[in-house]
Amino acid sequence: MSLILTPNIESPDTFYERLTDAQRDMTDAEAAAMNTRLVLILANQIGRLDLLSEAIDLARA
Amino acid sequence: MLATYDFPEFAYVPSPEQVTGQAVRHPVVVVGAGPIGLTAALDFAARGLRVVVLDDNNTVSVGSRAVCYAKRPLEIWDRLGVARPMLDKGIEWKLGRVFMRDQQVYTFDLLPEDGHKIPAFINLQQYYLEEYMVDACTANPLIDLRWKHKVVSLKRHDDHVALAVETPDGIFEMQADWLIACDGANSDIRRMVGAAFTGQFFQDRFLIADIVMKADFPTERWFWFDPDFHRGQSALLHKQSDDVWRLDFQLGWDADPEEEKKPENIIPRVRAMLGEEVEFELEWASVYQFACRRVDRFRHGRVLFAGDAAHQVSPFGARGANTGVQDIDNLGWKLAAVIRGDAPEALLDTYHDERAFAADDNLLNSTRSTDFITPKNGASRTYRDAVLHLSRTCEFARPLVNSGRLSTPTPYVASPLNTPDADTWQGRMTPGTCAADAPIAEDGRPGWLLDRLGEGFTLLVLGLDPAPVEAGAFTPLQLVEGRDFTDAQGLVAERYDRGQGAVYLIRPDQHVAARWRRFDPDAIRAAIARATTGDAA
Ligand SMILES: Cc1cc2nc3c(=O)[nH]c(=O)nc-3n(C[C@H](O)[C@H](O)[C@H](O)COP(=O)(O)OP(=O)(O)OC[C@H]3O[C@@H](n4cnc5c(N)ncnc54)[C@H](O)[C@@H]3O)c2cc1C
Repeated sequence: MSLILTPNIESPDTFYERLTDAQRDMTDAEAAAMNTRLVLILANQIGRLDLLSEAIDLARA
Repeated sequence: MLATYDFPEFAYVPSPEQVTGQAVRHPVVVVGAGPIGLTAALDFAARGLRVVVLDDNNTVSVGSRAVCYAKRPLEIWDRLGVARPMLDKGIEWKLGRVFMRDQQVYTFDLLPEDGHKIPAFINLQQYYLEEYMVDACTANPLIDLRWKHKVVSLKRHDDHVALAVETPDGIFEMQADWLIACDGANSDIRRMVGAAFTGQFFQDRFLIADIVMKADFPTERWFWFDPDFHRGQSALLHKQSDDVWRLDFQLGWDADPEEEKKPENIIPRVRAMLGEEVEFELEWASVYQFACRRVDRFRHGRVLFAGDAAHQVSPFGARGANTGVQDIDNLGWKLAAVIRGDAPEALLDTYHDERAFAADDNLLNSTRSTDFITPKNGASRTYRDAVLHLSRTCEFARPLVNSGRLSTPTPYVASPLNTPDADTWQGRMTPGTCAADAPIAEDGRPGWLLDRLGEGFTLLVLGLDPAPVEAGAFTPLQLVEGRDFTDAQGLVAERYDRGQGAVYLIRPDQHVAARWRRFDPDAIRAAIARATTGDAA
């Protein structure tokens, strides 16, 4: 595994709050659409297919 | 009848064996005179084989079918001497635009590299393509094209196939040493030999309409997702010759094909797309459901499948006829070598190896495009919409937009006929790849590299001293830089990584079989043996 699986997010509580706050006033469908865009934006940031594939498998398990 | 095209009616001529009642054994019978069967006839005849072609109909393709033809099939048709009228009548294009709602989100330029004889793509109605090939077949003494001959049953034997053929005069028997099934996606022959044809159907319907209009839209491929004129679906606009335009409207699974085909329902859709003021005439309209499927094996004994009979793809990417023509390119020389007794029958098994590999690549590309256009579930649709949404403002998302990835040849990277590289090379011409064209000069006159490749094997010798290579029936033509041509623009050197010296062994279908940095006749003979036995041992 080359995915980082140890804590790596700066300020975990702040991040989590940003994420959930961003969706506070959204319907489920709007939130799902936003999450999907977020996945794509983050995927582009990562870029490497091997890492993305590992992440997909991990999320699915 | 169309406003722009009169369908020819080819004459039914009774078969001599039906008249005499004496079954005749033919070396090669091709079933189906569509683009692939006609290409097969021309290729086999060019390799010296006599061919009988049977078709149950007596005209060319009717309705809205293939439009876009890629460089590689055009190169093959050029080798067979039929590309000229296609290129003259067809329309060259290279730019594709993708819109989301009314905003452009993505463009692709086929960016044709300079220095190729044949353009990247042309658009031409399928009936013209077939008509030009029928003309060439009719003029060829080795080709016997028989209209209104429908194969109704067959019996397979070890060394031949017996066919029952129905004509306006009843049913008679024919025999073929080899039967080439080019009878389309609903292949009767496939059913008769019990071959499986599996894959997936897409739960969607598309209205495909051809209209005649004088309009100054550019010769580009325009594809819309969720356009304002056709909300929630996709649409496509592409130009053909004679001011005929191809329109394509995604309808969804619940659409009623019969209702959608009615002019009173089509015309408002077209007006919404093109504007109220545009004058047009409807040529043809059909409603399609698309599928991506492949036959289990391309060879069933003495029966060989090619074209849509072997693989069916959705049209996004224009891969159907384009890939079928390459089936024939692969099959022709192998079949001729086996029939002449120069190669073992096992060589024909490599037709399956190489073309099933290519078909799978095409099916994969075509399935991916179709899944993007028609997402399989709510989650995929959410991703699709997210990609489109982001692609309006974020460049990174644009390569994910998939409205069809256009047909390019699939290199046979894993083929048993390849001799793996032992030297160090740069660039794309790895064994299994089809040879790139390049401008050359002969006696100061400009020419093209592909035009100079032989009917059989060719040794392309760059910057090295040649020596005789004797390989019986497969003795290669030697094409030597400096002696036979000059690399006037340096593009042969660039495309073939000439370096200090290079020799390429090129197969009769213009694919690289092997390459070396030294001219070694023994290595060359071994590579020819490997490329002609279908036996990697
Ligand atoms: C809407 C649409 C758009 C397309 N666009 C493109 C494109 O842009 N580019 C591209 O490359 N491809 C495209 N295609 C695909 C292309 O049309 C096919 O791949 C192509 O026609 C296949 O040729 P074929 O010769 O294998 O089969 P067909 O064209 O189907 O020909 C089969 C022939 O066999 C005959 N036949 C059938 N059964 C028998 C029998 N029992 N006995 C005797 N004869 C028989 C039929 O009459 C027919 O003439 C498109 C298809 C569609 C539907």
